[in-house]
Amino acid sequence: MALLELNDIHFAYPGHDPVLSGASMQLNAGERLSIVGPNGAGKSTLLKIIMGLLPPTSGQMTAFGKPCRVEGDFHEVRRRIGLVFQDADDQLFCPTVAEDIAFGPLNLGKSKAEALEIVDRVLTQIGLMRLRDRVTHKLSGGEKRLISLAAVLAMEPEVLILDEPTNALDPENYARLIDILQGLDQSILLVSHDPEFRAKIAPEGYQLVKGVLTRL
Amino acid sequence: MTHVLTPDHVTNHGLSALGPKVTSLDPRLRIVLTALFAIVTVALSHLGALTLALLLSMTLLTVSGLPARKTLKRMAMMDSFIIFMLVLLPFTMPGTPIFTLWGVEASWEGLWRAVEIGLTANAVILMVLTLTGTMEPVTLGHALHALKTPERLVHLIMFTIRYIDVLREEYMRLRTSMKLRGFRPGTNWHTYRSFGYLVGMMLVRAMERSERILAAMKCRGFSGRIILLEEFRLRRSDISFAVLFALALVALVLIEVTHGAA
Repeated sequence: MALLELNDIHFAYPGHDPVLSGASMQLNAGERLSIVGPNGAGKSTLLKIIMGLLPPTSGQMTAFGKPCRVEGDFHEVRRRIGLVFQDADDQLFCPTVAEDIAFGPLNLGKSKAEALEIVDRVLTQIGLMRLRDRVTHKLSGGEKRLISLAAVLAMEPEVLILDEPTNALDPENYARLIDILQGLDQSILLVSHDPEFRAKIAPEGYQLVKGVLTRL
Repeated sequence: MTHVLTPDHVTNHGLSALGPKVTSLDPRLRIVLTALFAIVTVALSHLGALTLALLLSMTLLTVSGLPARKTLKRMAMMDSFIIFMLVLLPFTMPGTPIFTLWGVEASWEGLWRAVEIGLTANAVILMVLTLTGTMEPVTLGHALHALKTPERLVHLIMFTIRYIDVLREEYMRLRTSMKLRGFRPGTNWHTYRSFGYLVGMMLVRAMERSERILAAMKCRGFSGRIILLEEFRLRRSDISFAVLFALALVALVLIEVTHGAA
């Protein structure tokens, strides 16, 4: 069964040329795919449509076997698909690291104690326990990136979507990110301009050109 | 709150670089006591009682282990806001004349009123600096939440704490790029227009960022409520401090009641 299926998705921002014109794709359980395409090709738009942040003009999106159309359908999607944003500052909005990682689990109805347990587990998993009580805006760029990944992992998603995860990473954190991602068992949808990174995480995938996805 | 951008990397309120002794007290208690002190002091009008209130703030400042000079400097900064009012007050209030300056009379009543306001303001601001100013802003937010402050206000504080630095960095980046392209502010339209663009661009970016943040929050299941993690506990030292503080306040009120009426 496909975890995620897009069928003939069309989308245009009001008053602009269409960004997506008939994009279709499929992500199966355990699969790791990347999406490549020039700047402004609509990759981020595509991710927003998957997460239900933008409604497509036409076309159908199916997640975990259920069609998703209205906001209510996407609550389930957002629980099971984790999106790591391009700019970690957008994602880390809580004052401290622990609070930020706990934010998702608390929204899912976990108790404070359970949430804190998850915080510790996830931080141990990515080896950044030392950042637990730090103030988020004082982290370095690389640390922010890894913590924003941790915040998404804390929700225990079945699919992980990464939007340009290697932006502003130094070699050390870059290697660490590859380590972490290779150790995960989630399906991954990766948007990245970095060929080396794609080769290591998700060598296969789609190309987005002129609003259409073609299998590479 | 004066140190929104503290160099401290740790939020633990026991480790705040400033005020090592005060910071061990329960933050909720510190807020409540500061508020009580402010209310009582504002209600006082007897100069003796007010002087004692200021002395109380001063004593707490010395006991707290805060750098006295730095804190007093901060207090003086507040004074610069009210100094004009204080200086003008004797001339604007009618009453028994002290002297005449350029045909305007200064009155004793006005002078005493100015002293009263000066004492009140300084006593309160010093207490705020000592008791609540030493708190990490994040802790202040949590304590306000624990005190049942409306959630929206608490979230506003939290978002401000989180993003003030991001906005500042954005401002610095734009400013640097202006500088690198030879911009030198002067008194001319080009400068005004450029600063207008700068402010406008920051507003646009802040707006866009807020939309991205909301999107990111939604992706993590946000449904209108942020749950805060921290919990506070009153200890014995908190209670004894509160009792002492309350006694001092009662004493102030007693002085006011017995002497103030005269």
